[in-house]
Amino acid sequence: MPILNRRSFIKAAGVLGASAALPVNLARAADKPVTVGFIYVGAKDDFGYNQAHAEAAAIIKGLPNVTVIEEENVPETVAVQRSMEAMIRQDGAQLIFPTSFGYFDPHVIKVARKYPEVRFAHCGGLWQKGVHPDNAGSFFGYIDEGQYLNGVVAGHMSKSKKLGFVAAKPIPQVLRNLNAFTLGARSVDPEITTTVIFTGDWSLPVKEAEAANSLIDQGCDVLTCHVDGPKVLVETAEKRGVMTCGYHASQAALAPKGYLTGAEWNWETPYRAHVMALQSGAPMNNFMRGGLKEGFVKTSPYGPAVSDAAKAAADAVKASMLKCEFSIFTGPIRNNAGEVMVAEGTVLTQTDVVLERMDYLVEGVRGQI
Amino acid sequence: MAEIDYSVLLLALLAGAIRVGTPFLFVSLGECLTEKGGRINLGLEGILVVGAMSGYAVAYLTDSAWLGVLAAGCAGGALGAFHGVICSLPRVNDIAFGIALILLGTGLAFFFGKAFIQPQAPSLPSIELGAWSDDARVRSALSVNVLFFIGVALTLLMHWGLRATRWGLVLRLVGDHAQSARALGYRPALVRTLATAGGGFLAGVGGAYLSLYYPGSWNEGLSSGQGLMAVALVIFARWQPLNCLWAALLFGASGAVGPALQAVGISSGYYLFAAMPYALTLLVMYLSCRPNQTLSGAPGELSLNR
Repeated sequence: MPILNRRSFIKAAGVLGASAALPVNLARAADKPVTVGFIYVGAKDDFGYNQAHAEAAAIIKGLPNVTVIEEENVPETVAVQRSMEAMIRQDGAQLIFPTSFGYFDPHVIKVARKYPEVRFAHCGGLWQKGVHPDNAGSFFGYIDEGQYLNGVVAGHMSKSKKLGFVAAKPIPQVLRNLNAFTLGARSVDPEITTTVIFTGDWSLPVKEAEAANSLIDQGCDVLTCHVDGPKVLVETAEKRGVMTCGYHASQAALAPKGYLTGAEWNWETPYRAHVMALQSGAPMNNFMRGGLKEGFVKTSPYGPAVSDAAKAAADAVKASMLKCEFSIFTGPIRNNAGEVMVAEGTVLTQTDVVLERMDYLVEGVRGQI
Repeated sequence: MAEIDYSVLLLALLAGAIRVGTPFLFVSLGECLTEKGGRINLGLEGILVVGAMSGYAVAYLTDSAWLGVLAAGCAGGALGAFHGVICSLPRVNDIAFGIALILLGTGLAFFFGKAFIQPQAPSLPSIELGAWSDDARVRSALSVNVLFFIGVALTLLMHWGLRATRWGLVLRLVGDHAQSARALGYRPALVRTLATAGGGFLAGVGGAYLSLYYPGSWNEGLSSGQGLMAVALVIFARWQPLNCLWAALLFGASGAVGPALQAVGISSGYYLFAAMPYALTLLVMYLSCRPNQTLSGAPGELSLNR
């Protein structure tokens, strides 16, 4: 047994004294070391969806007593089950963030049943009480608020009154963003139209470049997108001297001239909440949703091209969103075939599940599902 | 629905055929060269990805896009030579090894390419053929990359070289009948290895076009099967370099047609348009490979035919 020397005695006494001075629960929280795993579907520096997650994971890495392990390029197949099991058995992960939509059913559910003592916080899924295990849960952000603000800025900046949107697949999350963007732009000028191009998959760089070029040829002068990596779109638009609004993460570095603003995820908020709950032993919050106000999403700083009028208009909308006084989907809203989708006088709040089942394009969108 | 502007659509298809078709051209010329020697290299998909990554990396590190193209070609040539040497060993199946090479190539490129996803490399210059026009759309459609012209020149060179030079004749002999070539004192294994290395070089350059010009950045989803489609395209082109050029342009246009149609407002059935290149491949396969019809023009030593 080593002899207790004076130096280590002083150190130990100091630590004891310091923790005694702290409030009890905080000291306990900081004392409990935890291992947290992050799984990404693509590369974590893709200027897009995965980068948004990885940036937040880097902040979590800096928290005291938190060990972060990461794995990227994990497909939405049984491979993610193996990744999760490896994180649990080899690294002793107590909390796992499987960040891609397709991981949830059946993979996360299956592994969560097998390891009831581990927590699984999935991004994007619809966790339901009673149906899914209690040690799993889902969180997601209302990024359509950011896309609405993108639309307001784009509406002010567009000269041709034609906007372009490159979308991957016509699923509700994508349509909600596209519709919010269009509604935002048309709140500035109801003449504005948005042309949408569906590429068919989340990452098809050649198709995305081709789509961007086609939209620009059609006279669209502000582009945005909902694909996994907006890098190609933003670079192509910048080369051709057209403005862009970003998505997922900030692409301002790729387009110093034409980048207006962007809708970004701020996953730090839900991540931090889950890690704190784990460290303090609090039960898991299985269903988390939030928008600008809750800090789940944020907007990129305005680019140099944005006019003062556009800034003022967008800031005003943002301020009322932060005060919960604003609802994007306020009736009457028609689809682009003229049918009423949201009746006059109906106000859909963000938590309304009708919005998570969106299957139409609003008036002003040129395209078909 | 607004009226449809057909001139814009045609312009987009023409521009798309050249922009999207150039990598197809390089890869299919490379595969044509390889198959003329009697080997199939399915690994060109992997080589394309390695070329894209190494081209981007070298262009970024040296700040010269042309050095990047050269590096991409050399990396592709090295992998091609690897395929050629391994397949010269007895009882090695070139198709199986090609598939292994796809996995090896993409794995290597993803591993070494990690550090190059973020930075921006210089891009290749293009020639402004549309400078006479006031219309920005025409100017952008006619801004054609130098590599496309190099590809066209190579097509003509190969077309001439394969029928009029001794080297071309030796290559074709080796590909059609290895025993005769051996009897004449040539070494089929060496010729094939060189042809595969040359094919790899061209496929690597095709990859550099993807990462250095269009779409113009390195990321892991860059290729999305273009290398494999180019292999099918060689069969479509009946092993003729000139046909490779037309086929590459056709495949390029079919890749561009989906976005172009949606942009002008024809948006119904876009999944069908997105599937067009693949449907085209199937159709070509059906037309050229019915049981009562042999593949005319196929080199006799291809493992498809033996």
